[in-house]
Amino acid sequence: MTRPELWLVILGGALATFAVRLSFIALIPPDRLPDSVRRGLRLVPPAVLSAIILPGLLSPAGHLAMSLDNDRLWAGLLATLVAWRTRSTWLTIAVGMLALWGLGLF
Amino acid sequence: MTAASPPAAPPPATPRSEFLAGARDQLPLLLGVVPFGLIFGALAVAAGIPALEAQGLSVFVFAGSSQFVAIGLVAAETPALLIVATILVVNLRHMLYSAALGPHVQALSLRWKIPLAWLLTDEAFAMASLRYQKEDRRTAHWYFLGTGLTLWASWQLSTLAGIVLGARIPENWSLDFALPLTFLAILVPQLKDRPSVLSALVAGGLSVALIAMPLKLGLMAAILGGVATGAGLETLTRRRAAERESRQ
Repeated sequence: MTRPELWLVILGGALATFAVRLSFIALIPPDRLPDSVRRGLRLVPPAVLSAIILPGLLSPAGHLAMSLDNDRLWAGLLATLVAWRTRSTWLTIAVGMLALWGLGLF
Repeated sequence: MTAASPPAAPPPATPRSEFLAGARDQLPLLLGVVPFGLIFGALAVAAGIPALEAQGLSVFVFAGSSQFVAIGLVAAETPALLIVATILVVNLRHMLYSAALGPHVQALSLRWKIPLAWLLTDEAFAMASLRYQKEDRRTAHWYFLGTGLTLWASWQLSTLAGIVLGARIPENWSLDFALPLTFLAILVPQLKDRPSVLSALVAGGLSVALIAMPLKLGLMAAILGGVATGAGLETLTRRRAAERESRQ
């Protein structure tokens, strides 16, 4: 990505984020947010994160690789287990990286 | 001296004391924020983003998870406008914070509303909303400003430290894999009930199935599909519960 494109991402992303944060503070009366939207918004982060993680684990090179030698898939599964049991960011990253390096030795 | 003197009233809050209290109350949250800033800086460099632009994301966008998402998409050669759209979607939840704090800051001038909105992150919202639950809200916006600026400054410094650190990590350490791992660490605790699990599963599955779609449009379709399915399940569950109640 070229640097002007990067700045488009930075300033565009900044403006979009700021508009969302300013919305009910200065632009729209706060009682205008319907309950259904309120409930839907809660589900956005899990959907986004999962939609980004899974292709990276299942098809690191752009095509489906659900095979035994896909190290990232196995390291990712192990990290998921650690995240679930410990809720620790550091442990999740540490175990996942160690697993990837360890599997790379074989 | 009589023994029955009333307890001394707390000194009235001044802008200065409110600002400092906001800053102080943010300190425990920095334990969670600073490591993320470090990781962000290091991963941005690992994704091939120049130092200035990496810091620029923290200065201007100032929204942790969307910044991580952005560097992931930059590394995957996603078109710039689609990255902007994704940042918007990831940060849409801040609308909830805006709606929750909006009534408390309605009386302030735009000169206050603009910086406060700029500083409205998950962590600033957590502390500011607690403050607004207490008595005497006249100077509470100084608290909001103190807590928000403390977080902003910490995010900048930790990003900078991460950038410096990241530039020293050899490429063959596969540091790029730490990005999906960070996402996993953020995602898993959010899977609290069936609708959130279903949203994640459908979005993830669709995203893999639609990987060949041009311009990474499959990503947006996957996110929408996941949220719609999860919201559908939630509506269904609510309706069932309401029916059960009306029958009793």
